[in-house]
Amino acid sequence: MSPNDLSSYLIIGAILFSLGMFTVLTRRNAISVLMGVELILNSANINYVAFSHFSSGNSAGQIYAIFVIMLAAAEAAVGLAIVLAIFQLFHTIDVEAAQTLKE
Amino acid sequence: MESPIQTDFIRWIVFLPLIGSIVNGLLGAKIQKSMGKGAIGVIACAPVIIAFGLSVNALLTLKNLAPEKRFLIDNLYAWIHLGSLKVDMAFLIDPLSAVMILVVTGIGGLIHIYATGYMHDDKAFWRFFAYLNLFTAAMLTLVLGDNLLVLFVGWEGVGLCSYALIGFWYQDHANARAGNKAFIVNRVGDFGFVLGMFLLFWSLDAQGHGSLTFREMVKWAPSIKDSLIWGWPVVTVATLFLFVGATGKSAQIPLFVWLPDAMAGPTPVSALIHAATMVTAGVYMTARMNVFFSMAPDTLNVIAITGVATALLAATIALTQNDIKKVLAYSTVSQLGYMFIGVGVGGYAAAIFHLMTHAFFKACLFLGAGSVIHAMHHEQDMRKMGGLKQWMPLTFATFFISVLAIGGFPPFAGFFSKDEILWLAFTSEHGNKLVWFLALCGAGMTAFYMFRQLFMTFYGKCRADHHTQEHLHESPSVMTMPLVILAIGAVFAGLIGLPGVLGGSQFAHWLEPVIHAHEGEHASHALEWGLMAVSVAVASFGVFIAFLMYRRESLSPEIFCNLAGGLPYRLFDRKWYFDEIYQAVFVNGTLLLARIGSLFDQYIIDGIVDGSASLTRFASWLNGLFDDYIIDGMVNAVANVTFWMGNKFRRLQTGNINGYLFVILIAMVLAVYVKVHYWS
Repeated sequence: MSPNDLSSYLIIGAILFSLGMFTVLTRRNAISVLMGVELILNSANINYVAFSHFSSGNSAGQIYAIFVIMLAAAEAAVGLAIVLAIFQLFHTIDVEAAQTLKE
Repeated sequence: MESPIQTDFIRWIVFLPLIGSIVNGLLGAKIQKSMGKGAIGVIACAPVIIAFGLSVNALLTLKNLAPEKRFLIDNLYAWIHLGSLKVDMAFLIDPLSAVMILVVTGIGGLIHIYATGYMHDDKAFWRFFAYLNLFTAAMLTLVLGDNLLVLFVGWEGVGLCSYALIGFWYQDHANARAGNKAFIVNRVGDFGFVLGMFLLFWSLDAQGHGSLTFREMVKWAPSIKDSLIWGWPVVTVATLFLFVGATGKSAQIPLFVWLPDAMAGPTPVSALIHAATMVTAGVYMTARMNVFFSMAPDTLNVIAITGVATALLAATIALTQNDIKKVLAYSTVSQLGYMFIGVGVGGYAAAIFHLMTHAFFKACLFLGAGSVIHAMHHEQDMRKMGGLKQWMPLTFATFFISVLAIGGFPPFAGFFSKDEILWLAFTSEHGNKLVWFLALCGAGMTAFYMFRQLFMTFYGKCRADHHTQEHLHESPSVMTMPLVILAIGAVFAGLIGLPGVLGGSQFAHWLEPVIHAHEGEHASHALEWGLMAVSVAVASFGVFIAFLMYRRESLSPEIFCNLAGGLPYRLFDRKWYFDEIYQAVFVNGTLLLARIGSLFDQYIIDGIVDGSASLTRFASWLNGLFDDYIIDGMVNAVANVTFWMGNKFRRLQTGNINGYLFVILIAMVLAVYVKVHYWS
């Protein structure tokens, strides 16, 4: 596997995605869940940039990566605002505490 | 253009501290438990010391090259290649960055060693050194970056580490707030920096030379001389934006407010970040981009005025402070003002020279203050000190030398560098007699408040309580040794930049490949001697007043406090009400905006929603009359079924986010599986 091989980038992307998914599924701390989401978004970024690099001359992927970064920033802001609201309501940021919808 | 020499060792100057930070950051807690704090200290200090060795090596390599070929490049990889934007992850060593890395690794290394003594009793020893190493790596990235974007990575990195280190003792709410303040104020400056960077790239690109690499930018700088944006020269606007960035990092008006609060961090942090390195980033950046700044005389005027205003304002505040670290903090702000006066009058080399000498004596002063605080059981109020020289002779001696250096007495380092700036302010084409005069007043105040501090801390009778007095002691040698080395630097560092009458500055000559020296500063020797004599006389006058007030105590400070109805004193003491104004305008302004947004939400948006709801309700009421008697029978049956089913399905809605996500994941996997195996 060399640095000039598309699959190595995709593998890194996949590893990062799995780590992020694992974090989102297993963590109960809302901030950790948000961090996992960031990892997932970044794994998507790696794929974007890698595909863009290997489809010569097409820079759309890199531009999309920048959009994703911007979106991630907005997502983090909204996510943290929700976490803050949850904390004010429940005095904890454990996601399992926020289940008043339940019977 | 000469093809640069590819040199692979440069990357290690950045990587070594980074590795130290990663090791201490990830494994530090375990190492500290199993191998003790000594191991942490070695892991933290060794990389910086080795990096210093590499920096010396780089300097010697440069020296052996012809002046116009003095640059070494280490190109790691292509970072962003997109359209006409080509940015490489590359490090550059030229005469300017060679000076900077020597300062960062040399003085930074000494402070690392000192900190192993100062922080010895702290439980989070490893965390401190992880941040400190990360900071060093970020600062080295900043000064070694081959293009503006790599510089910006370091620029943001030092901001982040500064936040982490100021709030290092985060259990105390005030410290955490100080960290926040530093970070947010710096972000305002960073925004200006980014805009300046975009603008320069955009205008260079319009001429077909889009680049962020320093040498390319400098080469094509003349091509954007006549470009306009909104009717202004692009260079002026762009350099003004860059200068906004510099005011944030280098603590100039209006963004200086974070630096005094940054004293909430441990003292080695104040010495490293807020005296010797991070705050010099803005000065370094303006020197690095000097070609563009020189093309914009309007910007230079703004810089000179800001520099003078900051130098004076900070000096006046420093006159009245009683906290040993706050005096030094404001004196840093003031000295940074001098550096920007140097930049503003076109003396970039002089600014870098003052930066370097200042790094020596200010680091020494802060570490000396740290040594005092250490001995005084974390007492920082100078009114409770006094007479310490009998207990702490080494700290006293080094502190005294540094005070002489910052006060501007020959032959100490500060004299030569400050005088170079004053001289340029007087004679250079961008200079101005008024700027020179105000800067001279600031120099007099500097001498006064530094000697005030010296007298209050080390002379007279000890005002500490009995218990503290009994435990007064000189600090361990791991702390005094760096002090001695820095004091030696504070004595001799000025000799490489002698004024014209004494043989001319070798330092300016060394920087010539990067910073083009200014011609037309040939004035008579008599004038040069005369100006030197005036500045020494003014400084001596400041010392004399301080002596009368705080040593002989024959002149009461009260007289000055009550001058003009006490108004000037109140202004100085309350820091010109900057914090109050910012609180009222920006913090409360933001809160007001949020309140207005909330009211808008509550009355307008909610009103619309409620209104439509009322309308719907009215319509439904009409419908309801019809429904009640005719359709109800049918509907009720459906509703009952729906209600029953809803109640059953309600159990699925656990509210457990992990559970939902798990179901989504399983469904996704199933869907992909079905698609791959049965549909294609």
